[in-house]
Amino acid sequence: MTGTAAEPAASSARRVLGVTDLCLVVLVGASGSGKSTFARRHFRPTEVISSDFCRGLVGDDENDQDATRDAFDVLHYIAGKRLAAGRLTVVDATSVQSDSRRQLVRLARAYDVLPVAIVLDVPEEVCAARNAARADRAGMPRRVIQRHTRELHRSLRHLEREGFRRVHVLRGPDEVAAAEIVRERRFNDLRHLTGPFDIIGDVHGCSSELEALLARLGYVDGRHPHGRTAVFLGDLVDRGPDSPGVLRRVMSMVAAGTALCVPGNHENKLGRWLHGRKVQQTHGLTETIEQLDREDEGFRAQVRGFVDGLVSHYVLDGGRLVVCHAGLPEKYHGRTSGRVRSHALYGDTTGETDEFGLPVRYPWAEDYRGRAAVVYGHTPVPNASWQNNTICLDTGAVFGGRLTALRWPERELVDVPAERVWYEPARPLRPEAPGSGDGRPLDLADVAARRAVETRHAGRITVREENAAAALEVMSRFAIDPRLLPYLPPTMAPTATSRRDGFLEHPADAFAQYAADGVARVVCEEKHMGSRAVVLICRDADVARERFGAGAGAGAGAELTGALYTRTGRAFFDDPAVTEEILRRVRTAIGQAGLWEELDTDWLLLDTELMPWSLKASGLLRTQYAAVGAASGAVLPAALAALEAAADRGVDTLELLARQRDRARDAAAFTDAYRRYCWPTEGLDGVRLAPFQILASQGRNRAVLPHDAQLALLDRMVEHDTSSLLQTTRRLYVDTGDEASARAGVDWWLEMTGRGGEGMVVKPVEAMARTGQGRLVQAGIKCRGREYLRIVYGPEYTRPAHLERLRSRSLGHKRSLAIREYALGLEALDRLAEGEPLWRIHEAVFAVLALESEPVDPRL
Amino acid sequence: MFLTISTTGTPERPATDLGFLLHKHPDHAQAFATSYGTAHVVYPEASARRCTAALLLEVDPVALVRRGRGRGRGGAPDAALAQYVNDRPYAASSLFAVALGGVFSSAMKGRCKARPDLVDQPLPLRIEVPVLPAAGGPALVRALFEPLGWTVTAEPVPLDAAFPSWGDSRYVRLVLEGDQRLARALCHLYVLLPVLDDAKHYWVASDEVDKLLRAGEGWLPGHPEQVLITRRYLARRWSLTREARERLELVRLAESDDTGVEEIDNAVPDDTPDEIAAAAADGTAGESAAGRTAAEGTVVPDTADTPHAPLAPGGAGVPGTADTAVALAVQRRAALLDALRTAGASRVLDLGCGQGKLVQELLKDPRFTEVVGVDVSMRALAAAARRLRVEPSSWPTGPAAAAGERRTGRVRLLQGSLAYTDGRLKGYDAAVLCEVIEHLDPPRLPALEHAVFGAARPRTVLVTTPNAEYNVRWESLPAGRVRHADHRFEWSREQFGTWARAVAARHGYEVRTAPIGPDDPEVGPPTQMAVFRRTEQTKGAQAA
Repeated sequence: MTGTAAEPAASSARRVLGVTDLCLVVLVGASGSGKSTFARRHFRPTEVISSDFCRGLVGDDENDQDATRDAFDVLHYIAGKRLAAGRLTVVDATSVQSDSRRQLVRLARAYDVLPVAIVLDVPEEVCAARNAARADRAGMPRRVIQRHTRELHRSLRHLEREGFRRVHVLRGPDEVAAAEIVRERRFNDLRHLTGPFDIIGDVHGCSSELEALLARLGYVDGRHPHGRTAVFLGDLVDRGPDSPGVLRRVMSMVAAGTALCVPGNHENKLGRWLHGRKVQQTHGLTETIEQLDREDEGFRAQVRGFVDGLVSHYVLDGGRLVVCHAGLPEKYHGRTSGRVRSHALYGDTTGETDEFGLPVRYPWAEDYRGRAAVVYGHTPVPNASWQNNTICLDTGAVFGGRLTALRWPERELVDVPAERVWYEPARPLRPEAPGSGDGRPLDLADVAARRAVETRHAGRITVREENAAAALEVMSRFAIDPRLLPYLPPTMAPTATSRRDGFLEHPADAFAQYAADGVARVVCEEKHMGSRAVVLICRDADVARERFGAGAGAGAGAELTGALYTRTGRAFFDDPAVTEEILRRVRTAIGQAGLWEELDTDWLLLDTELMPWSLKASGLLRTQYAAVGAASGAVLPAALAALEAAADRGVDTLELLARQRDRARDAAAFTDAYRRYCWPTEGLDGVRLAPFQILASQGRNRAVLPHDAQLALLDRMVEHDTSSLLQTTRRLYVDTGDEASARAGVDWWLEMTGRGGEGMVVKPVEAMARTGQGRLVQAGIKCRGREYLRIVYGPEYTRPAHLERLRSRSLGHKRSLAIREYALGLEALDRLAEGEPLWRIHEAVFAVLALESEPVDPRL
Repeated sequence: MFLTISTTGTPERPATDLGFLLHKHPDHAQAFATSYGTAHVVYPEASARRCTAALLLEVDPVALVRRGRGRGRGGAPDAALAQYVNDRPYAASSLFAVALGGVFSSAMKGRCKARPDLVDQPLPLRIEVPVLPAAGGPALVRALFEPLGWTVTAEPVPLDAAFPSWGDSRYVRLVLEGDQRLARALCHLYVLLPVLDDAKHYWVASDEVDKLLRAGEGWLPGHPEQVLITRRYLARRWSLTREARERLELVRLAESDDTGVEEIDNAVPDDTPDEIAAAAADGTAGESAAGRTAAEGTVVPDTADTPHAPLAPGGAGVPGTADTAVALAVQRRAALLDALRTAGASRVLDLGCGQGKLVQELLKDPRFTEVVGVDVSMRALAAAARRLRVEPSSWPTGPAAAAGERRTGRVRLLQGSLAYTDGRLKGYDAAVLCEVIEHLDPPRLPALEHAVFGAARPRTVLVTTPNAEYNVRWESLPAGRVRHADHRFEWSREQFGTWARAVAARHGYEVRTAPIGPDDPEVGPPTQMAVFRRTEQTKGAQAA
């Protein structure tokens, strides 16, 4: 339809057509009614897809009616792509048949945008005259236009029923010419509002708690002195004692522009009741109806209007924030459809019900990868916690929990406790399964089979199936409650193999390795002669229960205040009373040193060494080390006596005899070496605990704190211990580039190991270091003493022939493993610090355990 | 790695004849290369009156470890041998027996060209082994050697004089004295040193059965401990492939925690007699080692997972009942099957299936159209797969692997854990937890409860567990002890009932408890069972 556009008739009144800024505009009109001209005038060329153009694409002829079917496939495909990308799209086809329109309505719904119809109702003669003027359409029979017009008139009344949410009918060429399109922002698009916001979870008629929370947030009579905006996440009503009071407060704030509100499923139902529909008076609606019955009709009408006007969700703050009642996957953000509204109000349910008859919810948040933070309510959780940039603020105020608000963009949580249990929950708020306090219990899919864990410091780390299988067995059968197990320590690689005579490991190589990695300053820490122990310690049992869920269902009766576990997550002591006594002593020292206040925390996670080694490894010591000592001690004298007797007879056994004497000497040295790890303990007398790193405290990953600062804090802890449990970690700082400093480090090591010490661990003082290329540097490198290594490589390893063969050990896999486990450990601590749900923390912890079963030389 | 063989003589029959029999000249030090080091033979004394030959094996510990390289980490599936720190260089182990058989092979076969007349003469022998690893202690050493005509001295070697409280080591100083033919004496050592060592070495040759029969000729068949000797001797062989296939990940986890692998890899008892029977072609070991194991004290009464759960405590029948012959484990399975049939279940989960005995029973009844065995132990699943003839390749562990899971006919085996919810377990008619809950630490029971009753939610759940009150009736069970080393708790009927009722109430089930085994009027049955039935969803549906 080129060249026949009618100029606007001066007599026509200007006609304004509102069109939502993201929608599917369907132009409806007979051939020759002026659709293409209209589209060109009001929309960008890229926004318009015409059926003629598509016919041309597939059939080389814009009027080839045989190509119609394929042309519409192409049209729907292009329109679909545009709508998926969130772009307004105009379909320029006759669309006079309900069948063709139905397909377009379906397309709009599929992409959750509104279908809008603009009808160009132009007299048949006008259309015919226009077609006649066009060479390519001059031959179109008149009856075609007649049919179009007939079908159009038949359709007019049904357009809204067909699903078009807005229908504009332009009658006659004059009205068409006078029309003006105004793009209207979607109701849910409030990106221009930047707050700051205070987003408040499900209130459920808890008027008093709401007033308390608003006061805590700084609101005075519904208005914040700094102009903050409250955002209510719906479910204002039902169950609680004063739904009208809550409505009155929220409605006045919304009216005054100091609050926004999205509807919850409870408002939706109340709205239907207010409109006189029949609804089941369950889930606390009865209470609301009784309360509203005491109000006047005017108030009820006001509520009805308020509820009718609520928009299912809002996109706020430049698109960084989405608020709605039940959560929303990214593809629905800013969209408008029944499906979006349903998800926003009810959540995406799987159709199943759980043991309490409640709908099982599809865990959309687990898969959420969107840029916008989604803040929602609807499902009561014991604690609000972030998961994949989403957070649920329904902390069950009406069920005796708390009423919670999130400050945005500060991301701070503010809450007030419920005054009482206003309504008995159908399901216990805090089931006892681990993790149920943070959204859901642990699931096998979080840990099993081959999988990759995303870490912030080393990217994706893969766990192989056989390693996960072994870890599953150990974690399930032997580990402590996963809630008390937020971290497992990484393995540590030894220093590069030394070429120095008589040494397999030597600190000079460790200094050189760090110097090569660009680490200038290292700390050498004495390697304690005990067993690795992670200590989770809470200020009291309440903290342990509330923060970590400890003690729930323990059955033992005793209240736990933390945990003391090994590097595979097993409890150090079978008797919880022993653990508690150690925790008590540590807690006293922490308190005396004033560290709770200084670190602003109610709990600490510590990396420590528990001594003596014989305390835990007594089985190993007896079956392996002492057994070798006993065997060598008993056999060598007998063998030597026999050889000496033979020598006395003149048999040539001198060389053999000399070797056996060496052997006896090495065996004695070996026995000395393992004996240093054993001392008798009576109860906790003789037990020592050497903390060497603070791993985490409330909201903080402390493993990134430089070691000098770490050790200063820990020294104070040790100083304030009066129970002689805690032991300090001796250390020496070395500049890797300074020869004298490095020599001092070597001398210190020689002196320490010469006295039978196990050796030392060299670490970058800055704790977390990266190479020039950005690669993570080893968190620590161990240099084990010459004598100590006898209990690793055997009594006779120091003989030159043995040493030479042992030097061919390969460190690559061990180093890679150490880095991967280190990154996973940091990840677990970061997730813990950020209050992520248990399954996310456990995922990283489990991966550390799984990696520990990788095939690496265990002597490294 | 050291022993001496001495004899005494007379001027007519000088003791130095020993040199002819051993094919080793008394005045020379001789060295022989063996697989694991050099063996030396020297004579500390050699007179007509008295002659002593000493065999010394210099084991190269580094070579020992490195030899096994190439089979995963460190190679050797025997955890002890993967260590540089091991007793092989010092103790008279099975390695030493191999060296003995090599160095004195002619003597062992009874060949002596120089003095054939000596071969069949019993000599007054004295054999001293200063350090003999003896699993079973001095008592077993005596039980093995005394029936062969030896006078036995077996003194335990203390573990460490600096720590007397550690007690004795597993070594004994052994002295054997008696008139024996030398060839026979060497055969005794060749067979019984490894039996006492009881370590498992994967390099034992495949013709080991023949070797045993040859070396045991003339004395093993009539030996009162023949079954034990055969089983232990051959145990070294069948464990070979299993070790390599199933244990290494767990070995590493144990090592990283300074614990023995047997502390965590204990889901399946180590001695599985049916495999030994298969290994012993002539069936010498076939007559079941059940009685033996109990005598060795490795099995305590009533372990569902144990393939040879003893018939009754102390070898006697269950007191005061007629059907003493029915093992408790059998009764338990019968009770579970009855309960499943009554419940009308056809798709059944066996949660904690162990080696698959119950699964096997279920498959005999066609009404059970789908049986899924779930266990957290890969080793248990491997045993179950062998029992059920399910292809023992790899098992899927996670939901992601659901498509590749092992399935043969109506049976499926899955690795899973009740510490986690598991979507694969939803939608079944019934779940059985047979002797499972007591293997969990009590603080972890709520997770199991949620996984089974909250998430999987079968219509029927059967839970069995020992009745602790009954323990006083097990004669062999010391007071205050649990029945199985891995039992984290054992409950009285009252405790179990309380737990079961609370679980039922929390999850919308109803529950009744029932006895399994003879119901003692005073202490109740040995095993107790709870039958949970899901009630209709009574609590009103409610949206938040």
